[in-house]
Amino acid sequence: MPTYRPPAIPSSEITPRSVYLRRREFMGLVAGAGLALGAGGARAEAPATMPLKTVPGPYKVDEPLTPREDVTTYNNFYEFGTDKADPSRRSGDFKPRPWTITVDGLVGKPQTFDVDKLIAELPIEERIYRMRCVEAWSMVIPWNGFPLKALLDKVEPLGSAKFVAFETVVRPEEMPGQSGYFQPMPWPYVEGLRLDEAMHPLAILAVGLYGETLPNQNGAPIRLVVPWKYGFKGIKSIVRISLVEQQPPNSWNSLQASEYGFYANVNPEVDHPRWSQATERRIGQGGFFGSGRRPTLMFNGYADEVASLYAGMDLKANY
Amino acid sequence: MAAGRSAFVDKVAGWGIYVVGFIPAVSSFWLGATGGLGADPVRAFEQTLGLWALRFLILTLAITPLRQLAGVNLLRFRRALGLLAFWYAAMHFSVYLTLDRGLIWSTIVPDIVRRPFITLGFAALVLLVPLAATSNRLSIRRLGKNWRRLHRLVYVAVSLAAVHYLLATKVLDPTQAVHIGLVILLLGYRLVRMLIPRSERRAV
Repeated sequence: MPTYRPPAIPSSEITPRSVYLRRREFMGLVAGAGLALGAGGARAEAPATMPLKTVPGPYKVDEPLTPREDVTTYNNFYEFGTDKADPSRRSGDFKPRPWTITVDGLVGKPQTFDVDKLIAELPIEERIYRMRCVEAWSMVIPWNGFPLKALLDKVEPLGSAKFVAFETVVRPEEMPGQSGYFQPMPWPYVEGLRLDEAMHPLAILAVGLYGETLPNQNGAPIRLVVPWKYGFKGIKSIVRISLVEQQPPNSWNSLQASEYGFYANVNPEVDHPRWSQATERRIGQGGFFGSGRRPTLMFNGYADEVASLYAGMDLKANY
Repeated sequence: MAAGRSAFVDKVAGWGIYVVGFIPAVSSFWLGATGGLGADPVRAFEQTLGLWALRFLILTLAITPLRQLAGVNLLRFRRALGLLAFWYAAMHFSVYLTLDRGLIWSTIVPDIVRRPFITLGFAALVLLVPLAATSNRLSIRRLGKNWRRLHRLVYVAVSLAAVHYLLATKVLDPTQAVHIGLVILLLGYRLVRMLIPRSERRAV
């Protein structure tokens, strides 16, 4: 029995598949497959996404959107492999529906939510955000989702809750990066936020992009988006959210604490030990010859909204 | 005229190596220029050039063990392979300067000086310059014994290149493991040959 029924929307709002399934994608796949050595065979592409009924959200960026094709073929999602093309090529077996997400810990009403019921119940906003990867590239993505606060309010956090811990699903049989000899990191992937960061109106749980449910490679069916932080904070395919008293571990920090902090706020003045964070390359712009390199903005351009969260804090020590 | 024909075949094969050797660069450039390298074509092109530089270094280092262990003599192709490695490294660096960093020297120079990841790659390229410059017959004759000594710098260059490659990503991936493993194997082979005296080697 399908738990999710697509709402009726005019067909004029649906981006035709032909627009984004262009020659470039095919060429990219062929080139990627040819260049990748020992990355395993390409699998069937992820099943089609479904349209979402969305309302305009309070935040947007007046910069050109990164083409959907780029947003959905250039991903870091190590559960499907470490190459940028792996998540789109190797996530065809992943089943994001039905899906439940458990919210527990220091809360008054611990609950398990059905993601499709949440989508039906909560207004799904469009939020056009910059996305800055710690690897010094960036995108502008029209996410569809709801404030994380809306979900946390439902479980009534206790006064003792100071942090929020997130956990990604573990399914080696559906996620090829979680099986085999090359396991880049321990699973599950975990992340965390301070409670006040989690309650900030910019922090959302995304269930879609470009007006459709999330493709598998982008963290289907539900993922975190915190636009003032480096992309690795945006944990994907979340199965559990726990409110806790102590600062929870986050995967990249556990793996290499000198390079990746807990806060991971976008900061052009604090460099990664191996590369500068002062500039970034905007994916999908500039093309091959235009070098879309641009200066990185403090808090990824969201300083007006979030700088107060870190007042008096040494951002060099708390990177 | 068997000897003449073999010389002719060698000459054609010698030039053929250059033609075949530049195919990865040309095809990757063409794909990049026509939108066929995915979402981040500059990075893909840059990494392809760097990877092939390392591959040609590995092939250069494989010539001697192949001769000693398998009796296959490909020595006549070594200069071409070494020069291809140099040209790929030079193209890799050029793309870093132009397409990637947009010739913004105020950020490029501090990166080369301060960041070990970039410094090591740059040093590897610098070490290949004298090797490429002395890869002609005249230099070999003029430098005599010193030519062999000078060209041992390739061991340093390939080590630096391997570490540079290792530092380029957040975690080790299978492609990296294969290439870096080959570099360790080929350098290890020479270390073992050096440590075990010739007489003992024959006995084994």
